[in-house]
Amino acid sequence: MGKKKEIDDRFKKFGTVSFTSTTKVNDFIDHLESDQVMGSRCKSCNQKYFPPRADCHACFSSDMEWFEITGTGKLITYSKLAFAPVGFQDDVPYSIAVLDYGEFKVFGRIAAEMADEEVKIGIPMKTIVNRLPNNQMNFVFQKV
Amino acid sequence: MGKVAIIGVGQSRFVRSYPGAIRELVFEGFKEAVTDAGITSKDIGASVVCSAPEYDKQRSPAGVFAEYLGLNPQPTFYVESLCSSSSMGLRLAYSLVKSGLHDVIAVLGFQKMSEISSSESQERMGRGADIQWESPFGTMMPAYYAMHAQAHMDRYGTTLDDLALIRVKAATYGQINDRAVYRKPVTADMFTDPDHIMSKPVSSPLRVGDCCANADGSSCIIVASEEKARAFCKKPVWILGLGAASASVNLAGRDLFTGLAAAKQAADQAYQMAGVTPADIDVAEVHDCFTIAEMMAYENLGFAEPGQGPELIRNKETYKEGRIPVNVDGGLLSKGHPIGATGGSQIRTIVLQLRDEAGDIQVKDPRIALVHNIGGVGLYGNVTILGRE
Repeated sequence: MGKKKEIDDRFKKFGTVSFTSTTKVNDFIDHLESDQVMGSRCKSCNQKYFPPRADCHACFSSDMEWFEITGTGKLITYSKLAFAPVGFQDDVPYSIAVLDYGEFKVFGRIAAEMADEEVKIGIPMKTIVNRLPNNQMNFVFQKV
Repeated sequence: MGKVAIIGVGQSRFVRSYPGAIRELVFEGFKEAVTDAGITSKDIGASVVCSAPEYDKQRSPAGVFAEYLGLNPQPTFYVESLCSSSSMGLRLAYSLVKSGLHDVIAVLGFQKMSEISSSESQERMGRGADIQWESPFGTMMPAYYAMHAQAHMDRYGTTLDDLALIRVKAATYGQINDRAVYRKPVTADMFTDPDHIMSKPVSSPLRVGDCCANADGSSCIIVASEEKARAFCKKPVWILGLGAASASVNLAGRDLFTGLAAAKQAADQAYQMAGVTPADIDVAEVHDCFTIAEMMAYENLGFAEPGQGPELIRNKETYKEGRIPVNVDGGLLSKGHPIGATGGSQIRTIVLQLRDEAGDIQVKDPRIALVHNIGGVGLYGNVTILGRE
């Protein structure tokens, strides 16, 4: 009694600015730190989810396991931002995009070093862990 | 149960920065609507207040407005679906009247976006997306719609010139709308002039000219039972069809990027409820927060087949004299987009059209008309079909 409860706020590390600190999928951050981008799979009905979730809306089970996003996805669409919201001004310009992996899709950023003319809808890309300033982390899409 | 009507409509002038308190802003739209309906506050059974949260210092604005508008002691409450809030308010008002719980409802839409800075506003708007998994990448509304534009251009060969034509049309009518924020003429060559503000990049492929502006404004729609409508009103406009749908907030959960699935589903519901088809629509207001949004609306509403939207605007078929006039009040692109007030403003335009009271923008003899109002990036879709006697 009286002892302050430790708060697991690992998710604060996700992205340039995180708007979430506590989530049941905080282990996602530990996996990023070991260079793995992970989705979650329902152990009861096998439904795959990305972004990962703690609860399955297909069968209502909360018994989930991690799976790694490997291989390539197809670039479905993207946009390069010339302006950024508060907190992201130092990142401009950057591109956000969606990759289609078939069973699931991934929303993220395109790797900063990729030239604009190389970015085309339909190209295969892979999702890799990216380290940001101030110890923050995210994932980006890289050409293969 | 009888039919449900709209018996009064109003909106404030939409401005960049309203020099007054939110209760005063809401009064402007309300006053016009009750005057239009020929009723007083005592005739109204309940009020529904619609806006997107996090712009105001005031918590629970509904109670404050009810007092200021003389709507105590009637019940009042808040409804929110981002940019489609006041269409959702209309849906709620319809069900309150249809159930017999109330016979006259005021749907009050408002937003005073100038309470915060433009970049803070972009950040708030961006947080209408998935804050856990998308916002940490630095997202904002123009970028999400830009991703749809990119997909539409890639799949169908839609061009930047096609998108510019939508803004040119909006400005054609915005110039003659004294409630609009942006009233200057816009020409297609502004988009190809690298020195012109219209051509400056916002989020590829969208440019400044492809985006609507933030605004402050209010709107009000008075909804009534058939009995009250016939008692109060010479020209009631009937609610014939209502559709509403939602979609995955994270784009990773979507299958369609060349259109908005929630808009299409809402349209299908509204057409079915009204017993009409896209060919029956005489005039429409669509949610053109960005030029690409109007292009997708043409297709999601069935005014054009998927991929054929550009043909509609190239052939000027969505102009006032065209086959299906769209946004002949200037749309969000000209009027500005005070989030919670927008749906009510669209409904106001359509009601005036159906009553043959739209003045310079009056379409010839419309009988059935449609309002398409979207919340977030197709997170919420609302389609409303209205008709005259």
